[in-house]
Amino acid sequence: MTIASSSPPSHREGRGDGRLAALFLAPALLGFVVFLLYPTLRGVYLSFTRFNLLTPAEWVGLDNYVRMVHDPIFWDSLKVTVEYVVLNIGVQTVAALAIAVLLQRLTQSALLRGIVLTPYLMSNVVAGLVWLWILDTQLGIGNEIVSALGFDRIPFLADETWAIPTIALINVWRHVGYTALLLFAGLQAIPNDVYEAARVDGAGEWRMFWRITMPLLRPVLAVVLIMTVIGSFQVFDTVAVTTAGGPANATNVLQYYIYGSAFGRFQFGYASAMSVALLVVLSAITVLQYRLTRAGRTDLG
Amino acid sequence: MAVATTTTPPTTTTTTGIRPVRRRISFGRAAAWTAMGLIVLITLLPFYWILRTALSSNAGLGADPANPLPVGLGTGGFERALGLQSAKEAIAQGGAGGGLDFWRYLLNSVIVSTLITGCQIFFSAMAAYAFARLRWRGRDKVFGLFLAGLMVPTIFTLLPNFVLVKQLHLVDTLWGIALPSLFMTPFAVFFLRQFFMNIPLEVEEAALLDGAGKVKIFFRVILPMASTPVITLSVLTYITSWNDYFWPLMVSYSDSSRVLTVALAVFRAQTPATGVDWSGLSAATLIAALPMLVLFACFARRIVSSIGFTGIK
Repeated sequence: MTIASSSPPSHREGRGDGRLAALFLAPALLGFVVFLLYPTLRGVYLSFTRFNLLTPAEWVGLDNYVRMVHDPIFWDSLKVTVEYVVLNIGVQTVAALAIAVLLQRLTQSALLRGIVLTPYLMSNVVAGLVWLWILDTQLGIGNEIVSALGFDRIPFLADETWAIPTIALINVWRHVGYTALLLFAGLQAIPNDVYEAARVDGAGEWRMFWRITMPLLRPVLAVVLIMTVIGSFQVFDTVAVTTAGGPANATNVLQYYIYGSAFGRFQFGYASAMSVALLVVLSAITVLQYRLTRAGRTDLG
Repeated sequence: MAVATTTTPPTTTTTTGIRPVRRRISFGRAAAWTAMGLIVLITLLPFYWILRTALSSNAGLGADPANPLPVGLGTGGFERALGLQSAKEAIAQGGAGGGLDFWRYLLNSVIVSTLITGCQIFFSAMAAYAFARLRWRGRDKVFGLFLAGLMVPTIFTLLPNFVLVKQLHLVDTLWGIALPSLFMTPFAVFFLRQFFMNIPLEVEEAALLDGAGKVKIFFRVILPMASTPVITLSVLTYITSWNDYFWPLMVSYSDSSRVLTVALAVFRAQTPATGVDWSGLSAATLIAALPMLVLFACFARRIVSSIGFTGIK
């Protein structure tokens, strides 16, 4: 990401455009302040209160945070979320990389890229329902195949051990194409003559992948990872339509727990405190990943 | 972004010695194409399966779950999803018999997504122009603030925004759903600013010499020049708002503001855990997904080749 804020372009007449700028900026700035800046500060404030929407928020200091630290369900949902993120991102990154490389080295077909992107057009709700049906224990084609292969039917979404991996893979299905196209765009920036030179030197595809593609793609890969990890932590929709947090809290991801606390039990203060915790975790991950990857800049301008 | 179709010709010379090498390469390519084929299959098969299920009857699905073709071919699923069947008929065919007004949810989705996309892109473009091309004090500081907004994950603002929308008495209205993303997203501003900055200054200066004002320049020169990124961003924004679930779920309680994603989840929740109306649910799923597939089909080439740009540049 180029976050360079350059100096203002020189205009011939040199006057400032203050009034016009204010006019042009007004709607966006209004939206920014009212629906982003203010809610962010308010979210932090609410996390120090007891608040149920009906009576005014009551300041309780660190109570919510103390409660959070002693809440086993919170820790459990954090654990479940991390499990989900690791599985989701692990599989998705490897698969997306494979697809991107195949797209680059095999064909540049826009049709194939379009096809790969189609699941991304579905909402998480649709993707969840589609797979809920395919993986249905009694009638789903997925389980028909499992049983045709001679295994017992698997209650993919109703079993504590299977539920999280299943949800992780459903979301891989939906998102992998988009991630692959981001990586593909990164691959396009690698000049072709590097590959040709390597080929002349007798390098095979496998060797070229590890010696050329991976090192040169690393900065792009890093940015994509930061984006996808942050997105992955916010998993909610798929859980809500497929398992609703069950069985026995096995898929009670943090986001779902926060939602339940706010809208199921009307503990908006506590829910806000958990949101702050999630924000802190995400910020830490971003900073960490940014640091780690900055150290490994490649030589491709 | 032009798609370079460079199929690298093998630069190896054809001597007898490289025959095994060649063979290995073509074997590798065959394996790679097989992998590609598999990926396409996994990507597309669920879509076919939903279509096949939607066209089947629930009785047929139970009798022959692995049949690759629709079992008990019929449009009952679609009729139920669109509320065209009487409750009695629906229950007889395995539906819930509850009333779901899909046309209304479809309309709600269209209104919300159109409103969000139109306003958000327009306001973001104006702001982006102010950041890219207008001169004013404190510009870089304000832009820095916007960029910081990019770092706040959306989930964090959802709860406070709900409280705010409730205080504005907009809960359970389409305005309540649209409002938070109506004015801008930091990403849209950032994305368009990048593009505006790349438009040569001379273009603008020529228009200035012709006596055009800055406002006119923005509408007549800059916006038309930026049509490609604007369209790409619009389609992606439309898809995003169409597919949004969490926020509409929080804000809407009744038919008046229910959008398709939420309606689908309600449809699912209405049918009992045992004996789900899979045919009707699949039909409803297709109805919800189809508009985005059509929209994408219209703009696919443009979107596909500019994804990289929208994502990270």
